[in-house]
Amino acid sequence: MSGHPTPETGQSPGGRHLGELKKGERARVTGVDERGVVTTLPEGELERRMIEMGLVEGSHVEVLHEAFPGRDPIAIRVNEHTLALRRAEARAVRVAPAA
Amino acid sequence: MSVLDSALPPRIALVGNPNCGKTALFNALTGSRQKVANYPGVTVERKIGHFVSPLGRRVQVIDLPGTYSLRARSPDEEVTRDVVLGRFSHEDSPDLLVCVADATNLRLNLRLVVELKRLGRPIILALNMMDAAEKRGCRIDAAALSAALGVPVVPTVAIRRGGVQPLLEQIDGAMAMATDAAENPASCGWSEPSSRDLRAYHQEVEGLLAGCVADAGLPPLATRRVDAVLLHPVFGLAFLFLVLFLMFQAVFAWAEAPMNLIDGAVSGLKDWVAATLPDGALRSLLTDGIIAGVGSVVIFLPQILVLFFFILVLEATGYLARAAFLLDRLMGGVGLHGRAFIPLLSSFACAVPGVMAARTIENRADRLATIMIAPLMTCSARLPVYTLLIAAFVPDRPLLGGLVGLPGLVMFALYAAGILSALAVAFVLKGTVFKGAREPLLMELPAYRLPNPRDIALGLFERAKVFLARAGTTIFALMIVMWFLASFPGAPEGATEPAIQYSIAGMIGHALEPLLAPIGFTWQIAVALVPGIAAREVAVGVLGTIYALSESGDALQSSLAGALAASWSLPTALSLLAWYVFAPQCVATLSVVKRETNGWFWPAVMFVYMITLAYGASFITYRVALALL
Ligand SMILES: Nc1nc2c(ncn2[C@@H]2O[C@H](COP(=O)(O)OP(=O)(O)OP(=O)(O)O)[C@@H](O)[C@H]2O)c(=O)[nH]1
Ligand SMILES: [Mg+2]
Repeated sequence: MSGHPTPETGQSPGGRHLGELKKGERARVTGVDERGVVTTLPEGELERRMIEMGLVEGSHVEVLHEAFPGRDPIAIRVNEHTLALRRAEARAVRVAPAA
Repeated sequence: MSVLDSALPPRIALVGNPNCGKTALFNALTGSRQKVANYPGVTVERKIGHFVSPLGRRVQVIDLPGTYSLRARSPDEEVTRDVVLGRFSHEDSPDLLVCVADATNLRLNLRLVVELKRLGRPIILALNMMDAAEKRGCRIDAAALSAALGVPVVPTVAIRRGGVQPLLEQIDGAMAMATDAAENPASCGWSEPSSRDLRAYHQEVEGLLAGCVADAGLPPLATRRVDAVLLHPVFGLAFLFLVLFLMFQAVFAWAEAPMNLIDGAVSGLKDWVAATLPDGALRSLLTDGIIAGVGSVVIFLPQILVLFFFILVLEATGYLARAAFLLDRLMGGVGLHGRAFIPLLSSFACAVPGVMAARTIENRADRLATIMIAPLMTCSARLPVYTLLIAAFVPDRPLLGGLVGLPGLVMFALYAAGILSALAVAFVLKGTVFKGAREPLLMELPAYRLPNPRDIALGLFERAKVFLARAGTTIFALMIVMWFLASFPGAPEGATEPAIQYSIAGMIGHALEPLLAPIGFTWQIAVALVPGIAAREVAVGVLGTIYALSESGDALQSSLAGALAASWSLPTALSLLAWYVFAPQCVATLSVVKRETNGWFWPAVMFVYMITLAYGASFITYRVALALL
């Protein structure tokens, strides 16, 4: 699958994040870390919301749809449900290629 | 104190994730008809109803806004938190929590159940949407889940007759346990869970699923296929705009025949009364006041129903959440949240529920910006005014080979003017007073569902009742008052003008005329605008009465539209249309804004900015039209 982190892209050592997945890609969530994401929310809030919406370590995700313009926001399947979110905030979710 | 002997009926609350069917369950239990629709965030207030349990006990049931956690991120979720924790206006917390979980999505839904269990309150878990879960091939062992969770678990199908029977059968037993619990109150502590706690809850849920769910199913393929088209970056947006365009076009095209029928019936009734009763004040009150006034409003019932038909279908299918998704980026251009689309679309029906629906927007600045522009969406009470003026001044010419009519196009332009000005106002507000980045978008997209024709029909029936009740009460009463004001005092001896010129209404109109003359309004319009503050569509009724009373033998017109076409200039008509796009003429909206923002400040701001825009737009429209035409 195309989900392998490549050294050339200069990604963070932890691998890829949900915000950079393309339509059709599947992955597994390996961590939620909101540092480096700009939000209006108080510290720790985005992380908790992500977890409450099912984006937690071990969840399976698949990018289903992309909106316009800029392929943003995205609709993803998280285990059994479908979730819409923006790519900017999706950066908080670290992913690894689906096994 | 035991629940059984207390005078008050035991109280149960329905708690669960958004869109899991709590309100459908509430309706099934209590026989009420609260709004059910297929998108998260339909219910934004608590609603109370009653039912009788199988053992004959009267039980109070509270329907609550859906939430993903008790942490309450938005005002609607605060309602849920406060009711569940017993903080709501000094009420005790409910005797029994009925946790409603969407059986097709247990992984997410059980997380809240695990959190609620920590409260130590008596709980029943209702696995709702079991029909859909079976269709998806989910296999859930309810008995094992009940044993693992330590609470009764019942399967329900809230939308099927008898589908809540399993819940009813458990209610009495659970209530007896609730009594015991009340006697030995377990600790009812709740503290905001940290992200570690949340992860622990998820772990717990995974354990439950591993033991009790053989197959969790997948989101339906049909929804995914449909979304491949409807959420397509290009086709998706094109489809959305096509739907909106069709909606406004249909308001015109589909409603025409029934409107003509009503029009015929109203004038028939008027002629009959006129022929039966002797000339005099009573006949004038009936024909010119009541029939002309109320009749000219009732005629718009078909249009309102067509509009609601579209809105109800969009809500029931699950498309609204998609529209919010598609528009998030575009609305972000003016600083609005994609979710704001839902309150704004409701505002096409009426700004009052629209303003309330803004409760689901978490961030205060985003929410205020949405509330402030909601009344710029063309609400259904403006339809009569638009339709009347279009009928009077816009020729019915088919365009594009009969595909669209010119009147429908003008109507669309008026709606578009409302939308565009709303976006412009939002842009200004978000750039000045409500600065700041947008709240994140994290929204579930529900599976599509075919609307149930019976639900749509009942919804329309409900709307028709509301509309006719309003015509029969508020508008009826205002029309009688207006008829008196427009008929007394009568004309003096040797008067040359129609009698209405000398009446109180005439005097009011003439007093206001200088203020409104710069924007081209006649004194008749000035009179109509005053009661229009109570209910926008009354303006049409008042014009109906005024022109009925002003008719003299030679200027007799069959319809109000004809009378207007004969007596107003085109610039005046255009100016009035521009006025109606902006004018804050609705007491109900201003008072709901006061309630939702806790004070007079924001309604005052709203009134001032809208009236300024209205006057300015009318002035420009009138002057430009005068210069060009
Ligand atoms: N197939 C099926 N659909 C259901 C069932 N119960 C509810 N629905 C549908 O699910 C959707 C949501 O129902 P609501 O009752 O509005 O959900 P809610 O939990 O009150 O939602 P919020 O008020 O937004 O929190 C509607 O389209 C209902 O028709 C069920 O048992 N089976
Ligand atoms: Mg509800």
